[in-house]
Amino acid sequence: MKIERKRLLFDLTVWITSSLLAFSLLAIDAQAKSRNPIADNATWRAECGSCHVAFPPALLPAADWHRLMGSLDRHFGADATVDAKSAAEIGAFLAANAGRGEGRVTEGQPRITTTRWFQHEHGKVPAAVMGSSAVRTAANCAACHPGAATGDFNEHAVRLPR
Amino acid sequence: MPSAARRFLSVLAVASTLSAAAAHAVTPDQLQAEYETIARKEAPGFAGFSATRGAEFFRSTHGTNWSCATCHTAKPVAEGRHARTGNIIRPLAPAANAERFTDSAKVEKWFKRNCGDVLGRGCTAQEKGDVIAFLRSLN
Repeated sequence: MKIERKRLLFDLTVWITSSLLAFSLLAIDAQAKSRNPIADNATWRAECGSCHVAFPPALLPAADWHRLMGSLDRHFGADATVDAKSAAEIGAFLAANAGRGEGRVTEGQPRITTTRWFQHEHGKVPAAVMGSSAVRTAANCAACHPGAATGDFNEHAVRLPR
Repeated sequence: MPSAARRFLSVLAVASTLSAAAAHAVTPDQLQAEYETIARKEAPGFAGFSATRGAEFFRSTHGTNWSCATCHTAKPVAEGRHARTGNIIRPLAPAANAERFTDSAKVEKWFKRNCGDVLGRGCTAQEKGDVIAFLRSLN
């Protein structure tokens, strides 16, 4: 009886310790993901990040990235062509890290800001803020997400410009 | 993969990156000389580049809504802003940004894009050389 109780106590201790360890590992993992939620590629960051924030590949499905990469000469009213080697590298990177694209709207050029996901996430932002001179366009992520350039879109870091 | 093969491949990768970078690295003088060679072929009457002509070209709209100055400012020792996205554009004049006109591939990439957007056509070597002469005259 005494031995059984000791055994039970030992089992319980092992169970609690391993659960705590597992939870802390999960927490560390989640923290790491929130700090660096997106994949990275130097060519993608340099080329796509030279006129706007390098939008994370997960925000559009592969088919939409493919369409965008195929029409860089008419990229939202500007010529954004890159050399063939860079285009191939960026295209492969986007395809490998693309989102699944639930609830997207496909009309004209693929726009992240017209996806249902984007609309849902930004539904509470007042129109006056979106249209202000500090924001100008909903595609100007960095106006409210200070870490946008490094891929940090954490909700808690959001600062709406006055 | 055996470690020797991996080491060989990484050395190869570094070497090819370096040689690609070296192929594009120029001084603004060398770049101007390259444009002069092309300009002489394009127009037999070529009579040199002009900072004054470059300034006028830079600040004019050429039948579209945009001029070079729309995004780069009329005196680009200052930071500019992308007309559509609002992104900060670092100064274009070498006096304010020594990186400018030191990478021929980068210069050609942006001339191709921006001449298309502003003029609706590619720029001639004369126009490119004039603009660079203007930008190098700023301080």
